[in-house]
Amino acid sequence: MSGREPPEPELVVEIWRGRESGEFVPYRVARRENQTVLDVVSHVQRRIDPTLSYRFACRVGMCGSCAMTVNGIPRWTCRTRVDRVAGNGRVRIGPLRNMPVIRDLAVDMAPFFDKWQRATGRFVPSDADNRRTFARVPPGSRERQAADAGIECIGCGVCYAACDVVAWNSDYLGPAALNRVWTLVNDSRDGARREHLAAAAGDAGCHQCHSHQACMSYCPKGLNPTAAIAGLKRETVKSLLRGEL
Amino acid sequence: MGGMKYAIASRNHPVYWAFVLHRASGLALAVFVPVHLYTLSLAVREAARFDAFLEWTENPLVKGGEALLVLLLAGHLAGGLRLLALEFLEWRDWQKSIVAITLGIAAACGLLFLMNAP
Repeated sequence: MSGREPPEPELVVEIWRGRESGEFVPYRVARRENQTVLDVVSHVQRRIDPTLSYRFACRVGMCGSCAMTVNGIPRWTCRTRVDRVAGNGRVRIGPLRNMPVIRDLAVDMAPFFDKWQRATGRFVPSDADNRRTFARVPPGSRERQAADAGIECIGCGVCYAACDVVAWNSDYLGPAALNRVWTLVNDSRDGARREHLAAAAGDAGCHQCHSHQACMSYCPKGLNPTAAIAGLKRETVKSLLRGEL
Repeated sequence: MGGMKYAIASRNHPVYWAFVLHRASGLALAVFVPVHLYTLSLAVREAARFDAFLEWTENPLVKGGEALLVLLLAGHLAGGLRLLALEFLEWRDWQKSIVAITLGIAAACGLLFLMNAP
């Protein structure tokens, strides 16, 4: 930085430093056009304090690794422009809620993904033939459209961090895992519908949801886990009445 | 990890406020119902005290309080129906409008009560 450069507009960015306990530390960063929150964090780490820990990979909204809490709201930072969140020239960036903080802005996402496994969030072929032949699935069918509605999840953890039920009950499977289960329940090629519904109907499952709708409000992909969970509530009750659960 | 402003930020949307109102009205009604039943029991046990109580309820301030109770009760009922519809009927994308309708029903019930108050 030479002293001859004209003064640039500045942004005050407060970044969480520490683990579960720590503090927000202010940094001054040059404000630029089209700057994203991830650009700001990267600038601090590369130019001001290389000990800052954070996580990112693709920078284009595909990988789901750069989510953080920006001014109290969980967001994907690579696609969040500073202009949108820093009305008063200040931005406060913290780690995602509801996950253990490893350091600074990096959280341990293992509990989040473990719950996808507990929720049986994996595809189970309905029969051996499915591994050798193409399944014929009409794209316009009701089930396929319901499955497609939730399929674009990138596993960023924003919905999980926004969910108060996860904060209240650490066992709760959470919106992302349940959204995945609903996708599989609607997938005509999947052969484990009963197992999926049984996992979703458990004590930590869909019936815990209070329908606050924070998950759908903040999902960066525009998915609707609240609707998926409501669907699971209906299907689990129907299955129970039919004696299938 | 952050002040009240940041704690509220992610919860500041209409459906969350609908949840807060539903929970608060439910708790308020849980306190009200035992008082209500106790007061009714006075009618058979101590008629004079019950009559005195009824006279007290003619006080405009108490009427206002009663209107608030009606508002809470109607809001809790409408909010409960909203949740049942959300969970047992097909998903609707107009959730904020449904919240507005439940608030409208509650407000209408409260106003009707006030209009009919002597």
